[in-house]
Amino acid sequence: MITFMNNSDSEDETCNERTSLMSAESPSIPSYQDGLQASEAGEAQIHRKRHAGSSRSPNNVADGDMADSGVRARGSALENEDEELTLKYGAKHVIMLFVPVTLCMIVVVATIKSVRFYTEKNGQLIYTPFSEDTPSVGQRLLNSVLNTIIMISVIVVMTVFLVVLYKYRCYKFIHGWLILSSLMLLFLFTYIYLGEVLKTYNVAMDYPTVILVIWNFGAVGMICIHWKGPLQLQQAYLIMISALMALVFIKYLPEWSAWVILGAISIYDLMAVLCPKGPLRMLVETAQERNEPIFPALIYSSAMIWTVGMAKPDTAARGPSQQTWDAAEDERENHSSPSHSDSQILETRSPVPSHPITSLEEPEEEERGVKLGLGDFIFYSVLVGKAAATPSGDWNTTLACFVAILIGLCLTLLLLAVFKKALPALPISITFGLIFYFSTDNLVRPFMDTLASHQLYI
Amino acid sequence: PALSLFLFTIARDPLRIIILIAGAFFWLVSLLLSSLIWFIAVKASDPRDEALQRGLLIFGVMFSVLLQEAFRFLYYKLLRKAIEGLVALSEDGCSPISIQQMAYVAGVGFGLMSGAFSMINLLADALGPGTVGIHGDSQLYFLTSAFMTMVLIFLHTFWGILFFHGCENRRWWEIAAVVLMHLAVSGSTFWNPLYVGSLVPSYLLMAAAAVWAYLLSGGSAQNLRRFLLCKC
Repeated sequence: MITFMNNSDSEDETCNERTSLMSAESPSIPSYQDGLQASEAGEAQIHRKRHAGSSRSPNNVADGDMADSGVRARGSALENEDEELTLKYGAKHVIMLFVPVTLCMIVVVATIKSVRFYTEKNGQLIYTPFSEDTPSVGQRLLNSVLNTIIMISVIVVMTVFLVVLYKYRCYKFIHGWLILSSLMLLFLFTYIYLGEVLKTYNVAMDYPTVILVIWNFGAVGMICIHWKGPLQLQQAYLIMISALMALVFIKYLPEWSAWVILGAISIYDLMAVLCPKGPLRMLVETAQERNEPIFPALIYSSAMIWTVGMAKPDTAARGPSQQTWDAAEDERENHSSPSHSDSQILETRSPVPSHPITSLEEPEEEERGVKLGLGDFIFYSVLVGKAAATPSGDWNTTLACFVAILIGLCLTLLLLAVFKKALPALPISITFGLIFYFSTDNLVRPFMDTLASHQLYI
Repeated sequence: PALSLFLFTIARDPLRIIILIAGAFFWLVSLLLSSLIWFIAVKASDPRDEALQRGLLIFGVMFSVLLQEAFRFLYYKLLRKAIEGLVALSEDGCSPISIQQMAYVAGVGFGLMSGAFSMINLLADALGPGTVGIHGDSQLYFLTSAFMTMVLIFLHTFWGILFFHGCENRRWWEIAAVVLMHLAVSGSTFWNPLYVGSLVPSYLLMAAAAVWAYLLSGGSAQNLRRFLLCKC
């Protein structure tokens, strides 16, 4: 997953009409585009469509991967100033990303701990055909590795497919795919989730109410994500969607396969973003050549998009310019790997209402947002959820993984500020998370249990 | 109480949150390493020998305390470097966060993590059927655990301040005092079914550490009086 940082760019003043897919035509800004994410998102979409129902498409993953890998920083004439401002706002950005990641993880962990449905094994995705119920360890390992290979190859295929689509400008197709994906996610998965939660707490709800609730939720979600909507609502929907997707992954991926897949995905992410021939990188470069915003894939953006009708006149004057600028930024800036757009095409910030830019002043205090791909959200949550779902039910492990992931995210953002390019957001966090999970589970748990039984404190 | 500390003083400033999480991370790593040592020791020894096991446990605890303090020191070093970076980046040439604030936040980070690790499984079990202590353990298990955890969190906070202050001014005796206090508190928990032995000294030590840290941070009895009087 790619993380982007929005840098304010004074050159981006003349952004006018923006649709969700096209970025504003701004004067030659050497910004890097995160096309990969878009493609990933697109791919995810395709996957989703194909696997209506049972399987969660690895597409999303692929998409997410693509999207994730590319975060490009914008190089601009005001590079030095930008750099300072960037690093100065660095802490704020990190927090802006901490909060949604934490929320997503909390939702996933809470669900796992309370709703039994998601820890029962009721079959597997068709992407992971090899079962893990084999008696011998070697066989199980082999099966999980094979599962991983299949999954990763599906993701790679989806990613490449998306890149190809993007290259040949099949925007409508991608867009339609994204819409269908998010539609399915919003309605079907939410329905299943609601059903399970109601079952757990033994609350009865009749069908008309369910239909009403789900319809409203889904409709508002679609509008929010693909069109315009209040920022917080959009972020909330994106978080919900990531959590749902992560829950699906947790349920349907067998134990060892899940861990191996997590490891493999972060390696793939690393390669796809940084290698010169990586699909994500190609996507970003293509988008950059065309001076378009990266495909509005599933990305979570924390930037503020101000609507046109601002209350105060002076802020209104700044708002539009900021907004347009932010929109441009959004497009270009971070693409944290949302590649796992599979499940969702969450465009955090696609809707940018077009409005004439009245003031061209450079806002001194622009709301720079950082973008993180939705795929990243999903995989972080999968890691923490799997840690919470272990039969021993140990909260220490969950907490340890949580802290590890947050630190990884911190480091990734730090690297982003230093390198100013699209960076994969998965590898560092997932590596830390995996290390901490396995070590806490095997080493710390017996230690702490013994300490607690004697009531000793260290 | 630790949570309210967090909300009121740390949640406002994003930089502090980062330092907090990083502090928690460092504590976690120290815990990891110490449990690794303990694990190896246990595996290499005879599991049936009760006294040996207990001895190993004590050894593990002491070692873990020492490791925690070592990591606190490492964290201090890291924060020093970070402060230089922040100063270089900020516009007006002074760091947005002082070393004392960092000390405070680091202490809270350590404390929160250690407290969480000590308490959270207990809390989760408390939600389930009431089977804790059914083998004849003390009835006050939960209560004492809660108090002990709280005192430990506060202690970590104060130790953080003291430790960083000691490192800043190169007063080795302060650092040694912190380490000794930590060892003493952990050691006192060995008397644990006899709660008097562990809770009371810990609270006394905490009060002492609190006063010390307060004085170090520039407070005084006068300030305290003014603060209390002004509020009402």
